[in-house]
Amino acid sequence: MKYLGIDIVKPRLAVFDFTGCEGCELQLVNKEETLVDFLSLFEVVNFREASSDKSDAYDIALIEGCISRQDEVERLKAIRGRVKILVALGSCACCGGVNHLKNGFPIEDVVRQVYGDRKIETEKVRSLKEVVQVDLEIPGCPVSKAEVERIVIALVTGAEIRMPKYPVCVECRQQLNTCLFDFGEICLGPITLAGCGAVCPSGKVGCRGCRGPADDANYESFIDVVVDKGFTEAEIRKKIEFFNAFEGPAKDTIASLIQKRIKTFNAFSGVRA
Amino acid sequence: MKVNMNIDVHHVTRVEGHGNIRIEVQDGRLVEAKWEVVETPRFFEAILKGMPHDNAPTLTSRICGICSIGHTLASLRAVERAMDVEVPATAQKLRLLAKHGETLQSHFLHLLFLVAPDFLNVGSVIPLVDSHPDLVAKAARLKGMANSMCDLIAGRTTHPVSLVVGGVSKAPDKRQLAELKKTMEDRMRDAADVLELFKTLALPDFERETEFVSLKGDKTYPWIGGDLVSSDGVIKPEDQYLAMSNEYQVNFSTSKFTKLSRDSFAVGALARLNNNYDLLHGKAKEVAETLGLEPMNYNPYMNNIAQLVECFHALAESLDLIDEMLDGGMNDLRRRYEVQAGVGIGAVEVPRGILYHHYNIDEKGMITHANCIIPTTQNNANIHYDLAELVKQEVKKGSDDQEVRKLCEMLVRAYDPCISCSVH
Ligand code: SF4
Ligand code: SF4
Repeated sequence: MKYLGIDIVKPRLAVFDFTGCEGCELQLVNKEETLVDFLSLFEVVNFREASSDKSDAYDIALIEGCISRQDEVERLKAIRGRVKILVALGSCACCGGVNHLKNGFPIEDVVRQVYGDRKIETEKVRSLKEVVQVDLEIPGCPVSKAEVERIVIALVTGAEIRMPKYPVCVECRQQLNTCLFDFGEICLGPITLAGCGAVCPSGKVGCRGCRGPADDANYESFIDVVVDKGFTEAEIRKKIEFFNAFEGPAKDTIASLIQKRIKTFNAFSGVRA
Repeated sequence: MKVNMNIDVHHVTRVEGHGNIRIEVQDGRLVEAKWEVVETPRFFEAILKGMPHDNAPTLTSRICGICSIGHTLASLRAVERAMDVEVPATAQKLRLLAKHGETLQSHFLHLLFLVAPDFLNVGSVIPLVDSHPDLVAKAARLKGMANSMCDLIAGRTTHPVSLVVGGVSKAPDKRQLAELKKTMEDRMRDAADVLELFKTLALPDFERETEFVSLKGDKTYPWIGGDLVSSDGVIKPEDQYLAMSNEYQVNFSTSKFTKLSRDSFAVGALARLNNNYDLLHGKAKEVAETLGLEPMNYNPYMNNIAQLVECFHALAESLDLIDEMLDGGMNDLRRRYEVQAGVGIGAVEVPRGILYHHYNIDEKGMITHANCIIPTTQNNANIHYDLAELVKQEVKKGSDDQEVRKLCEMLVRAYDPCISCSVH
């Protein structure tokens, strides 16, 4: 490929899947209007779901799925050893995704329920960064193709990669949606990282936070709203645990705020009673 | 005759998920022909326990990136049947339209991106971008049309948003539906060109008589719910799906196998078509005739042709559905319901065959037990036994390892297996 008379070496791209539904991989062949241009940006050397061609030499690896078996740990480490830029693609890869719900049960019970007495190898679900160093995370369940394109183009051209800092509410408001709290639904839009185009609230379904916490989320006012609307701690917990995308400081903040808020709420109703 | 053969395909490519083919022939005798699924299990049935019933469709859509709409619909049907929720007619039509979008998306993806490279002797669709730009453009347009159907009706192609317990949370307006209709009509030319291409392809010559299981159409070709039927004459109501599937385990596969009247049976486009040929839309039946597909057809490679016929059926039926909605009102979209305890089973024809979801739900609306049986699970045994027969046939013919390897891979691919889905 030549551009302005200069030879440009196309980066070699590999796509790998671990434990997941392959929905994020499938997104890569979506957005058909720009698909051919997108594919021409790099040399695809490994993409089992779409191609029989294989190579061990690649520069960028997009990795879907979480890690739930020892052979996956080894395969992931081998990929890490070969690649310059390792990108976690989707909620499973970034934080374990829905598969992470398995970790809430004893492994033996889970195996027995599905396979009876047969021995099946499986481990607690881990995200990629719990196993190897990850250079970039693209969240979502599934990832948004538009966002993947934007990020991969930036990677290839060396441009700065920009992720939004604001929450889903901003995108939801831009689409002039009626807020789901007004319909009596719970929505994680106020605390979740934007970039999906508010696809769930636009379909009149509350955001489930698959993209994880927004940088400038206002947890206090979110908890105020949720508690005022009468949702219980258990309901909020079930919501934020669904994709495991709030694991870490965000989850602790939310938990302690709920505790505090529910206490003051109770104290107040006690005085009035 | 070829006397020795050793084929080891570690992870068949251009299929969804991880599966291997192992073939060994010694002194002209078949020693082993194995279809091994090595995918990592995810244990969805276990994690559904204790989940609020209305989360089940959202969770189980993540069983599969390709047929997430089908999983959502089977899950909704199981929940709604457990709680006696009646779904308004418009919502049912919209759900079927979303389902057709998924079938079209999945079938076109399979036929044009995953199967076509075999016939054009390349490893993937990528080199075709240069060698067959026209075909790739058509493939992209057709798949794009299917995706826009899903996006418009369900909010998203992968992991739908607006399909909810009781109906749908959001419907397109009539102007958007009319636009969709226009796009679909415009794409008919592309579909016709794809048909011309498929008429010229010579499918491998191979047959193995087997049993075909599908939903049974009553007045229309079956997609969502109804009785279960097999070509060997077994008929069961939806609730008795276990008698139809009979899962069992084999030690070389993390995905289970199934059987009914014989060692194996097949589900999917060819099974649906073999069992419900007379219910095909007129246009689709014509297409089937021009492609030489008539029931009973026992060539597994013909599943690809059946998928193409179904594309024409889904297109025609979608246009009818859109017309009905453009003519009628579209306000009644979602029913309120009382949470109650119950057991519900939902059977849905997804692109790769019949999919079952079964939930027990307690009086608080929480799931206490779940079972999901996936089409590829039901096809595993059939793929496995087909491989053995195919290899025997090719050994007799004296085909070399390379040829046999390709035929075996194409055979697996013809079933369009969805392996991660089968190890959910
Ligand atoms: S993040 Fe979601 S879409 Fe992507 S692989 Fe995981 S479950 Fe599938
Ligand atoms: S629906 Fe959700 S994302 Fe939209 S404004 Fe309301 S809280 Fe924010």
